[in-house]
Amino acid sequence: MRNLLPILTVLGGIVLLWYLAVAPMNIRVALDQAERAGSTITPEGSVERRSVSVFRLMADNSEHVRAAYALDRPRLPTPAQVGAELWKTTGDMALKGRAFSNRSLIYHAWITLQSTLWGFALGMAVGILGAVAIVYSRVADMSLMPWAIISQTIPIVALAPMIIVVSSQLGIEGRGVPKAIISAYLCFFPVLVGMVKGLRAPDPSQLDLLKTYDASGLQSFLKLRLPASLPFLFTSLKIGIAAALVGTIVGELPTGAVSGLGARILIGDQFGAPLAIWSALFAAAILAGLLVTLLDLTQRVALGRMEGRA
Amino acid sequence: MMALVASLGFWIAAWGANIWLANSRWRSTGLVRLTVPLLFGVTLLVLWEGIVRGLEVSQVILPAPSLVAQTFAASLDILWTDFVQTVVKGAFRGFLIGAAAAFLCAIAIDRSGFLTRGLLPIGNFFAALPIVGVAPIMVNWFGFDWQSKAAVVVVMVFFPILVNTVQGLKATDSMQRDLMRTYAASYAQTLFKLRLPAAMPFVFNGLKIATTLALIGAIVAEYFGSPTRGMGFRISTAVGSLSIDLVWAEIAVAAMVGTSAYGLIAWIERRVTFWHPSHRK
Repeated sequence: MRNLLPILTVLGGIVLLWYLAVAPMNIRVALDQAERAGSTITPEGSVERRSVSVFRLMADNSEHVRAAYALDRPRLPTPAQVGAELWKTTGDMALKGRAFSNRSLIYHAWITLQSTLWGFALGMAVGILGAVAIVYSRVADMSLMPWAIISQTIPIVALAPMIIVVSSQLGIEGRGVPKAIISAYLCFFPVLVGMVKGLRAPDPSQLDLLKTYDASGLQSFLKLRLPASLPFLFTSLKIGIAAALVGTIVGELPTGAVSGLGARILIGDQFGAPLAIWSALFAAAILAGLLVTLLDLTQRVALGRMEGRA
Repeated sequence: MMALVASLGFWIAAWGANIWLANSRWRSTGLVRLTVPLLFGVTLLVLWEGIVRGLEVSQVILPAPSLVAQTFAASLDILWTDFVQTVVKGAFRGFLIGAAAAFLCAIAIDRSGFLTRGLLPIGNFFAALPIVGVAPIMVNWFGFDWQSKAAVVVVMVFFPILVNTVQGLKATDSMQRDLMRTYAASYAQTLFKLRLPAAMPFVFNGLKIATTLALIGAIVAEYFGSPTRGMGFRISTAVGSLSIDLVWAEIAVAAMVGTSAYGLIAWIERRVTFWHPSHRK
């Protein structure tokens, strides 16, 4: 709560800068439209204006600056325009009972969310199993760890179109599986690193104590290493789910997908509808925020209960 | 079939060799630490080659590594032009601009505790967002050539570096800052002699995250329009014409660039933060 005021101030500053940027970004288009509608603009003709700076244009045609804030296809929409578009494609459609029509962002967010969660589950499984292997086997530690690091320096987007083509050639229907693989690729690494750290968190004296209890390997794993790793696991899960969402959207972007938030961005680009791009971007941001918050709450509840039992 | 059996045999032999090496008494020598992961990587390549040859996988689905290597050697000039367009012009320039902007921004914001508290959560949130989505907007604003790619890269690398630098600048403890005060050190002196050096491990952490992001940004932006060269352009057109071996050659280039950029930054980091506990021998 202490941070609420500073956060709001910074957000306010960002919105203010954004509004200030809208006029210079859109003024040329606005003036072209006004000229076509019959107003006199100085200087005349959009070719003439190309050599004049935007601030000069705004000063000379101050009565048309307003128009820059209300374009149908702005280069930079105002926050209010994006908000209105976002509401039109989510809440408004939900109120009309068409939340899952394919013009609704709720439907596209749902498609993206599904792949994200599959990729997250897959990445989490790979990450946790990998971490267990690395902690318990020296060979795995020495041979897997360097490659896990290298795998993250390879830009997965280069592979994304490949994964989609190969999986369609192998007869896998739809885009769910390739998208999940891409997001798993991005999300397994933070989980792996966090779990390795977490499973190694108990100190030698604690492990020795369990040895004096004659605990088996499985018992010391379940009763000591696993609980000790939970705080690390949750922290890396929060990074992992954000990475999984990035992966899904990257998987939707390059390859002509038709549904999902990434596909909305792509379609918005092809049809010259900047408002669609911006609202899809914001929807993705909201989705990321919700997912991370959800994991954060789970973390608090789970760790809180562990504290209580200890 | 022979190829498959041979590669499986190699796999088992290499596995055995790795187990023996990892438990031998030379296990903490540098040579063994390098050999074990290398052997693992080579095994993967051999298995790949064996499976593709043994099961006669169509090269439209998965070309053998040997074929990819041939294509790589045969199309060096294409790969070089793509490398220059995407990495040198797009990713590298964007990375420099974004990193410098984020660094200066962090130092400016750091003077106000109020702004820092407001900016950290927001910056963290932005750093987790799928910012690659701005690629079509940037291509629309800055045109098809490298400028739009650099712009995407700037936006993508900005927040991770900003957040890490701001956190790093807070990394000194009050004892150290008090000591500087007793020396009557000015703000600038405290910044350059104490706080910036102390922030360096964090800054390099941000830079490492940003290297991969820069490559991702530059490649994705090319899917939305580019001149007829560039790695992203080549990958999307080569996938379209089913010359998958060329795609894998580009992926190999991307992997080499990503890994060596990361290695370069890690190397500079060791030079700059030689005092840090994690680099002490």
